[in-house]
Amino acid sequence: MAVLYINGKQVTLDDDPRTTLLDTLRECQDLTGTKKGCDHGQCGACTLLLDGRRVNSCLILAIQCEGSEVTTIEGLGQGEQLHPMQRAFVKHDGFQCGYCTPGQICSAVGMLEEVENGEPSDVTGRADVTLSRAEIQERMSGNLCRCGAYVNIVDAILDTANAHSLKNGGAAT
Amino acid sequence: MSNPASIGQPLDRVDGPLKVSGRATYAAEHAFDQPPLVGWIVEATIPAGRIKQLDTGAAESSTGVAAVLTHHNAAAQTPFGDPGDEGRFTQSRAMLFDDHIRYHGFPVALVIADTLANARHAAGLIKISYEPDKDAVTTAGQEADEVPEELDGGMEPDLFQGDFEQAYNNAEVTLDVTYTTPNQAAAAMEPHAAIASFDGDELTVYMSVQLIGPAVKALANTLRFDPDKIRVLSPYIGGGFGSKLGVHNEAVLACLGALHLKRPIKVVQHRRNVFHNAPHRGSSVQRIQLGASRDGKLQAIGHESFMPMARGYEFAEPTGAPARTTYRTDALKSTHRVKSIDMPVADSCRAPGHAIGSLAFESAIDEMAYQCDQDPLAFRLANMPDKDPSTGQPFASHDLAECLREGAEKFGWQSREQQPGNRFQGRQLIGYGVASTIRVNMLVPSKTRIRLSADGTLTAWADMTDIGTGTYTILTQIASETMGLPADRINIELGDSRYPPSCGSGGSFGAASSGSALLDACENMRTKVLDIARAQSNKGDEPAENARFENGQVIWGDKTLSLTELLNKSGEAYLETDGEVEPGDDHDNYSQHSYGAQFAEVHVDRDTGEVRVQRLLGVFSAGRILNPKTARSQLLGGMVWGQSYALLEELMLDDRYGTFMNRDLAEYHLPVNRDMPAIDIHFREEPDPRSNRLGSKGIGELSICGAGAAVANAVYHAAGVRVRDFPVTLDKILEHLPE
Amino acid sequence: MKPFDYRRIQTVEEIGRDEPGQARFLAGGTNLIDLMKHEIEVPDRLLDISRLQLASIEDGENGGLRVGTLVTNTALASDPRVRKTWPLLSAALLSGATAQLRNRATTGGNLLQRTRCFYFYDTARPCNKRNPGEGCSAREGQNRIHAILGASDHCIATHPSDMAVAMVALDASLTLRAVDGSERELPVEELHRLPGDHPEQDTVLAPEELIVSVTLPAPPPGRQMYRKVRDRSSYAFALISVGVILHVVEGKVDSIRIAFGGVAHKPWRAHKAEAALLGKAATEANFRLAAEAELADAKGYGHNNFKIPLARRTLVATLRDAAHSEQEVPA
Repeated sequence: MAVLYINGKQVTLDDDPRTTLLDTLRECQDLTGTKKGCDHGQCGACTLLLDGRRVNSCLILAIQCEGSEVTTIEGLGQGEQLHPMQRAFVKHDGFQCGYCTPGQICSAVGMLEEVENGEPSDVTGRADVTLSRAEIQERMSGNLCRCGAYVNIVDAILDTANAHSLKNGGAAT
Repeated sequence: MSNPASIGQPLDRVDGPLKVSGRATYAAEHAFDQPPLVGWIVEATIPAGRIKQLDTGAAESSTGVAAVLTHHNAAAQTPFGDPGDEGRFTQSRAMLFDDHIRYHGFPVALVIADTLANARHAAGLIKISYEPDKDAVTTAGQEADEVPEELDGGMEPDLFQGDFEQAYNNAEVTLDVTYTTPNQAAAAMEPHAAIASFDGDELTVYMSVQLIGPAVKALANTLRFDPDKIRVLSPYIGGGFGSKLGVHNEAVLACLGALHLKRPIKVVQHRRNVFHNAPHRGSSVQRIQLGASRDGKLQAIGHESFMPMARGYEFAEPTGAPARTTYRTDALKSTHRVKSIDMPVADSCRAPGHAIGSLAFESAIDEMAYQCDQDPLAFRLANMPDKDPSTGQPFASHDLAECLREGAEKFGWQSREQQPGNRFQGRQLIGYGVASTIRVNMLVPSKTRIRLSADGTLTAWADMTDIGTGTYTILTQIASETMGLPADRINIELGDSRYPPSCGSGGSFGAASSGSALLDACENMRTKVLDIARAQSNKGDEPAENARFENGQVIWGDKTLSLTELLNKSGEAYLETDGEVEPGDDHDNYSQHSYGAQFAEVHVDRDTGEVRVQRLLGVFSAGRILNPKTARSQLLGGMVWGQSYALLEELMLDDRYGTFMNRDLAEYHLPVNRDMPAIDIHFREEPDPRSNRLGSKGIGELSICGAGAAVANAVYHAAGVRVRDFPVTLDKILEHLPE
Repeated sequence: MKPFDYRRIQTVEEIGRDEPGQARFLAGGTNLIDLMKHEIEVPDRLLDISRLQLASIEDGENGGLRVGTLVTNTALASDPRVRKTWPLLSAALLSGATAQLRNRATTGGNLLQRTRCFYFYDTARPCNKRNPGEGCSAREGQNRIHAILGASDHCIATHPSDMAVAMVALDASLTLRAVDGSERELPVEELHRLPGDHPEQDTVLAPEELIVSVTLPAPPPGRQMYRKVRDRSSYAFALISVGVILHVVEGKVDSIRIAFGGVAHKPWRAHKAEAALLGKAATEANFRLAAEAELADAKGYGHNNFKIPLARRTLVATLRDAAHSEQEVPA
């Protein structure tokens, strides 16, 4: 039987290959933190980290992920301790109804890694990648928020990135 | 020592940790001992008519299918819309009732299976044919001529003041323009969802619903159930915006499934379903006539609104509200007409009436300003009313002029040139726009119960809801300040029909109403506590006003008494009190509104017509701000909605079929993060004691009113192009831009 | 989703083993799974090719680049060689979709994605692409996002890929593997079909013919620019897009490539506009004449008429910007 690893725990998949990664989490594994907003890759609410990369879990069949590592919102913190990105979202009020929030946070965590890897965006052009507001806004455009918390989401991400890079001896703009 | 959780502090949302860690449980996420079966909605594909043939055999025998419900086998229900004399949130919302099709998307079957994949696949095996109604009507324009029975919010459909025709015909400057707004979707991020379970006696329904008490009544009416045997729970809601005020199709279908199978049934609307099976905001045609003296004093305001109404579902927005209440005038004509059509239900959507009325009206006011050769800001300031123009009532408070002045200064409005199309940077035309913001302020009956326990914790119960508005947090703050307890000793329990009936979430009245009820309960509790303290410490003649509740203690005269000790000594494990609020005379005798002024700077690309908003600024006057962090977020959200209404949102109707072709989030355009301009928000905080005891006013819908018009007015200023057909997409600008 | 037989392919030789029913290749799945949920795609066999060794980007002959079909959109757009030498391709990729989708979508999958026509997606509505002979609901319907070039009475859909537009401008070619193991080369420009009488055939590929790689030849000289016009600033398909490569020598157009997106069921290589510009003065007036030449046969269907002036204006603007920036920044 196919297995994958969800937040470090080995999970056996059910035998219907049609089951998406998203439905595996929500319906089979009691991990309802990852949200279904559209089920067709158009809103980003289902964003999680697959082998460290942010992806829309609604458009992935669980069977495609055999052997992979999945990190969901439930796996970001350390038990009761919130991940710095989660704390920043609370501090900056980066949410209202909260439904898009797990997807926003996982997406933001994945995004910061992409920036560290020097991966460009539509805003970057020929320059090197720096974490400006414009970069964050473009990079987070795959996560819709109908409550309109975008401005605060960017503040939360900048705060987290700055704190992280201060720890590592740098600064984001 | 100041209390970081007192009213007026920017306390972090108390439900924040749950939401950011994915532990807040939304409707579809509640766990059961036995996993619920999954219901998939099968939609009608004609706008009106009847089912001719319905063959569910192949679906029923498909893998994993437990049942297929249709009008043949669904439980008996009260007909849709009965009883007619009840409000629309408690009437029957019968589903699978008969072979009649109300609109494209109307449920004709519910496939119930063990998994979503099995249910959805089996649905495709159902064979259905229709007898379409050849006279189906799917559009409504200016031909609408039915007078609605009433408008949402209670305004009269028609209002005439003075002699409009004479005032308009005698005016030196006149304007007669017609604006249109499209059908729009609330598009909350959480699709409507419900899990219903029936144990043979009680029906329990987890839903995503803004008004819980009415939901129980609606289900009771629909299913012919004893309301005492129905429990509705909605502790977390992934956005409502009006579309979750009432009971909608998935909830009724889930209940029918649960009654049929006696197992928990989960029905989650697919995103495509939501555009039909949940309410939307109907389109509007607004004809606006303005008459003014040459020096820009308004003499005649005329506003005629024409809107569709879903056949059999009485609802009409007060689109004329901004025209009736924003500016002074000698004469006023305001009418609303509707046309019944065979389309999905149109119902309340964020700021009914004001949201789309202001889009058109504040654009027309702008046009008039230019016609009078006046600065649009100065024109507005010169026409401020000193009492409500529509009723003659005094305003409870009226801060609109100050908002406009302060906003103009902070925005840098004075650097603006009057002539449109004159300013550019490279290939970008630059423009500034302004609009007045006004939204009715309400107070609605609400109740609560609280318990002060001997361990020093306070629990409050109400069937109130938090749709992202911050109710859990505001209520925590009210209790914290009034009872002198830290936030982590306060539990706010919401979203359960077993709790005292509240106002629910809607109309921006939630915080004020549920908060006032809680304030009342806490004050009653203070009285009870002081009675005990008086008895225990012989403080018979100490006035109650001298008592302070701080840090879990009562500080009274020379005594400091701990709440826990007081209770322990009294032998009570806990004390309970009730609280309530009812709107008083102030809401009858005064015109109550929240206000604001909004400014926008946009760029219009000279080559492509693309519009990108650079800056938004709003100054808002909404009484006392209970929590500046959550209040700012509400206002941010409304401004984003307004920008979106101006530039992006349109349900593309194909009138041949009576459906919207862009029924998904890829093609129904909501703003993305990159669409955000710099957004600046300022409060003018003056507590309004006539509003409620807290001094606060509604803000949930405030900033959507006027935000869109400010953007549209900025587009005009940038490009010299006035688009009267919202949304202002590039194709509508392009034809007027020189090549 | 219709039930299917899922197979993970470990070697290309496993493809085409004469089995019944229809097969589809599954790589990232960002388009195919979407369509399978709607039962617009109903394969009997799903061949997961994601474990094949086709995910590398290799330097090719004569300064070219060979891109394996499984290279993700993110990896392709981020590759330093692509950013430096084929910036048009990187820009086009980064303008499309979202990071989450680009992290999964593959080169081959991006080329083979299907149209976003509303009526194609709405299985209750007649659509000749889904069901030949059923009719085209878009012609008289909501057709704001539909084609202005190369359409037929049977279908007015467009192809939504940005990446493909850049590849066509760059004269990229495909290496294809047929089920018998034989390989052929095909210019990307010839991959997608115009609808004609058979709108149900999106491409010229044979059943189970696999895209193995894309070859980018060394690009012509000049400034490469991609301009995408859309209703919102990100996460939206192009109303119109333009990819250009413009090289100006002493005020004259020395080399020119132009391709449009959002106008047809394939990236539209603007050969007429290129011919009209080659050797001419690089002026706005000539840019406009070239655009008009290319769009002379453009036709709107009611809600998309604006695409004709928009295409013209966007091409002129992009060429103007390319001409200016060529002057400022040496190649």
